[in-house]
Amino acid sequence: MKRLSGFYLLSLVALILPQIFPDNYYLTVVGVFAALHIILAVGLNLLMGYCGQISLGHAAFFGLGAYSSAILTTRYQLDPWLAMISGMVLVFIIANLIARPILKLKGHYLAMATLGFGIIVHIIFVQTEALSGGPDGLGDIPTLSIAGWAVDSDIRWYYVTTISALGSILLSLNLIASRSGRAIRAVHGSEFAAQMMGINSNKTKVMVFVFAAVLASFAGSLFAYQQNFVSPDSFSFFFSIELVTMVVLGGMASTYGAVFGAILLTFLPELLIVFEDYEMLVYGAILMLVMIFMPQGLFISLGHQLTQLKKNYWPNKKPAGDQQ
Amino acid sequence: MSDYILQFLISGITVGSIYALVGLGFTIIYNASDVVNFAQGEFVMIGAMSAVSFSIAGIPLIIAIIMAMMVTVLVGFALNQFAIKPAKGASVVTTIIITIGASIFLRGAALLIWGKDFYSLPAFSGEQPIHIAGATILPQNLWVMGVSVLLVSAVLWFFKYTLLGKAILACSCNRTAAQMVGINVGKMMLLSYGLSAMLGALAGVLIVPITFSSYDAGIMLGLKGFSAAILGGIGNPIGAIVGGLLLGVLESLGAGFISSGYKDAIAFAIILFVLFVRPSGLLGHEHQERV
Repeated sequence: MKRLSGFYLLSLVALILPQIFPDNYYLTVVGVFAALHIILAVGLNLLMGYCGQISLGHAAFFGLGAYSSAILTTRYQLDPWLAMISGMVLVFIIANLIARPILKLKGHYLAMATLGFGIIVHIIFVQTEALSGGPDGLGDIPTLSIAGWAVDSDIRWYYVTTISALGSILLSLNLIASRSGRAIRAVHGSEFAAQMMGINSNKTKVMVFVFAAVLASFAGSLFAYQQNFVSPDSFSFFFSIELVTMVVLGGMASTYGAVFGAILLTFLPELLIVFEDYEMLVYGAILMLVMIFMPQGLFISLGHQLTQLKKNYWPNKKPAGDQQ
Repeated sequence: MSDYILQFLISGITVGSIYALVGLGFTIIYNASDVVNFAQGEFVMIGAMSAVSFSIAGIPLIIAIIMAMMVTVLVGFALNQFAIKPAKGASVVTTIIITIGASIFLRGAALLIWGKDFYSLPAFSGEQPIHIAGATILPQNLWVMGVSVLLVSAVLWFFKYTLLGKAILACSCNRTAAQMVGINVGKMMLLSYGLSAMLGALAGVLIVPITFSSYDAGIMLGLKGFSAAILGGIGNPIGAIVGGLLLGVLESLGAGFISSGYKDAIAFAIILFVLFVRPSGLLGHEHQERV
């Protein structure tokens, strides 16, 4: 109960907010994107934060999911749910195929390989015009319906994406607390040491990579149905970088950090619109300043500050060093 | 058929020379500070754009180029001083995000100064093409190749034979030990960022008469330079040059013989293949992991 208390609190807030502000643009429109970004960031955080493997091409899996759904529903009239599952199976296969050779690489070489993979997939989206619609994109994608309940309004999409995001947060929290989770963290600490303890480090890395990829594909399908339209721009190298930034800015190796980063980076551009021409300048400056002064990420650094404050004001409430 | 190959080789080597210069810039900064500087492409853009601006303002080309180099070197100094130095000891991923933040910042600044327009310089010595064995070569291609060869030789000579160059190399081997023998590590760091920025600026000035430049031209060039450095084996200057030239030629041949839309995909697919076979790049050393 105690381990998941943060999760219950988050769920409560996320589900009560629309009751209070049912027609708020920031909640029901931007909030949907925040929820999709949370799914992506939580998955990527498992790979980067916990397993220590950088990926600069995660948008590719998001795109593969979205395009699978878009193409199968519009060109082959497949049921949206079946299309979503087909996309996830396709991504499962592709991720499995490339994970082995790619995850043998380390550090900057791994960054390069994942970046290259992302760019190749993006170019394929642009170039296979007959199938993907090319640079102009593909429209008229049907929406999802859950047992006759069509997800066709902003508020409905808010609930669907938020519940999906909460599901992926729960999945991530439970995975990390499990035996596999300990193996994943051991691989991050030291691959050799993990192998000495009998952990198959290659298998662990591949598993996390494939899991994050399939989760991204799921988010991609939701995105396609929510937008009713996909175009290659949404899945470019920049989006991969944005996802990495969410994970790092929030705080690596913390599921809530990833959630925090995803929410923050979704809302930041909306708030920066007031700067007009200076938007890009301010965005870059914020990114730099946060990483320079809080290299562990906002969520973790702010957490430390809060604990410190608490210690200063209520020094005797709990003996120091008692927790954990 | 063979004329085509020659023609593609010429354009491939021209672009490849630029990639090599950018890759060399990556390598210098990486060796000095263990940072992969994703703002490297922005140096190229700033060099090109400010040279164009100075030249439009009526300053003679050669002086405009020198001034553009100085502007870019100052940007390089600033990057080291205000972004890299304060984040001392940050992890690899954190420094990557910092340099990405810096590149977005610089792009934003360029957008304010130059807007979204495309800029170009006149070719250095005319547009009269030269015909060689059925292929045509523009004087600017020769400029790019010639100056690149000079620059690369100068950089290699600098690191091999001058005291200053050796001092920078010493910092890259072991910073503490370098400090012990009286090398001012901070100064060397600053110097390598300046040197790297200068190489970037010159690459920009050389290529701008052929490809034009705009505020966001640095992104793709930065990525290609990074690819070149990785393909050759990061940290190895010769590797970056080989990687850059190879990348340029592959791209050009891929665009010519297969499809211009897929040219980047072909280049990246080959890089992936090379990395699968040689996980440390073409000329990189096998890295031993320690527990």
